[in-house]
Amino acid sequence: MAETDFEPKIVAFLCNWCTYTGADLAGTSRIQYPPNVRIIRLMCSGSVDPTYVLKPLLDGADGVLIGGCHPGDCHYQSGNYKARRRVIALKEILKNAGIDEDRVWLRWISASEGQRFANTVTEMTEFLKEKGPNPMRREWAV
Amino acid sequence: MRTLIPVENDDTLAAVQGFLRQMLETGIVDTLLVPMETPHGAITPALVSDPEMLDRANPLAPVMGLNAARLAGRVSVREPRDRVGVVLRPCELRALVELIKLQQASLDDLVTIGVDCLGTYDVSVYAAMRDDGGVDMAAYGRGTGLATAPSGELAAEEGYTFRDACQMCEKPHAEGADVTLELFGADLSGGIPVSLPDAMGETLGLTAAEFEADRSRVIEKVVAARTQVRDERFAEIRERLDQEGVEGVFASCIRCHNCMTVCPICYCKTCLFKSQVFDHEPVQYANWAQRKGAYRMPADTTLFHLTRLNHMVLSCVGCGMCTSDCPADLPVGAVFRAIGQETQAVFDYEPGRDVEEPLPLITFQEDEWMDVGEE
Repeated sequence: MAETDFEPKIVAFLCNWCTYTGADLAGTSRIQYPPNVRIIRLMCSGSVDPTYVLKPLLDGADGVLIGGCHPGDCHYQSGNYKARRRVIALKEILKNAGIDEDRVWLRWISASEGQRFANTVTEMTEFLKEKGPNPMRREWAV
Repeated sequence: MRTLIPVENDDTLAAVQGFLRQMLETGIVDTLLVPMETPHGAITPALVSDPEMLDRANPLAPVMGLNAARLAGRVSVREPRDRVGVVLRPCELRALVELIKLQQASLDDLVTIGVDCLGTYDVSVYAAMRDDGGVDMAAYGRGTGLATAPSGELAAEEGYTFRDACQMCEKPHAEGADVTLELFGADLSGGIPVSLPDAMGETLGLTAAEFEADRSRVIEKVVAARTQVRDERFAEIRERLDQEGVEGVFASCIRCHNCMTVCPICYCKTCLFKSQVFDHEPVQYANWAQRKGAYRMPADTTLFHLTRLNHMVLSCVGCGMCTSDCPADLPVGAVFRAIGQETQAVFDYEPGRDVEEPLPLITFQEDEWMDVGEE
């Protein structure tokens, strides 16, 4: 595939209360953003087990986006604070394991930030286009 | 108090057995979890209630077939409540601290007895040493086997090697136990240095004694030497991870789950990887094979290790049972320790250091890493 044709695949885990609603707002507001993102709705960013992020990465997804409420706004009080620590640990582990940790993004996007959601997806798509396809996509023996 | 357990005829093991027997007889503990020599010559932990049985106890035997912290959890988290003494190595003590935080063990009913560790062999190596007859295993704990205690030097018997984890263990000294048998720096023919609570010492009829022992100086030396070995090993592993990636280092993994089974920290009864989550319909495998041309089976070996890293590496105490029990001879423990060191540093966390210190992933502060997620 020529580099110019490369369309990254992003798997996004979005919390029900903020980021997913933000994505919904982007849609209802008819804000344009790249169609490279596949959204999976979860109740909370705190319910993202590292395995959810690892599985798509190892199967060849080009990026994983985790979206949650801004600090202080978690519907469950502290889910996003726990997600923050988990993602920090995950990225440190990936870095040390020789896997590109920059393919994992954590972003706080509230229900009213449709524009921020669209911007984030646009930025991430551009970033991953620049970076190129996830080398894991070609691996058959991981 | 600090005092000496008297040793007669250079028989250190008999002195340790006598000390443990007294703990049972005086009722300080109702039962003792301690490594015992079976009639067939294997060393295995056993829960002992009969003081007479303790002539089979051998916490000094240089062999580690499992991390007994899990067993300490087994005898401490549920009723009925007895006082249970647990004789543990330093890496087992550290694992116990982590298991307490994971609510898999409780200190309430435990009396921990820590023993400085002079290095351990794999079970197979220990059995070979015993069977070949070249090494007098009966001598262990009876004078000669503890010859390295004064220097702290890690000296395996000729022709044999200590476990990989022991060779790079920079924490072989028992810390934080209720009772500590202080082997490092001790001239054991003159008695075994022990530190224990005053009340317990009085019950056992011991009085504080003044004696010369170089424990802290010897430990300092041992820690420095082993840290150097560890760092060299970590550098080697990091270079491999850098070049081959974790999928390369673990390429020959057959996903037997041994590393998880023997890991003292991996306590989950329903591990995701033992569930049916990763069992798929035949058509699914066929699709994957079509897409990539070939599809490794069993699949998800790298996912298994990366998930385990995420779930337990912050609590990895470096006992190295994973390496000992890997049929593919993968450096599981070294990889986990090397990655663990970096990850633990992020949270300024040291597994096994303090039972009051919360696990990094169950605690948080509102105003930390404020820039994360806001880009």
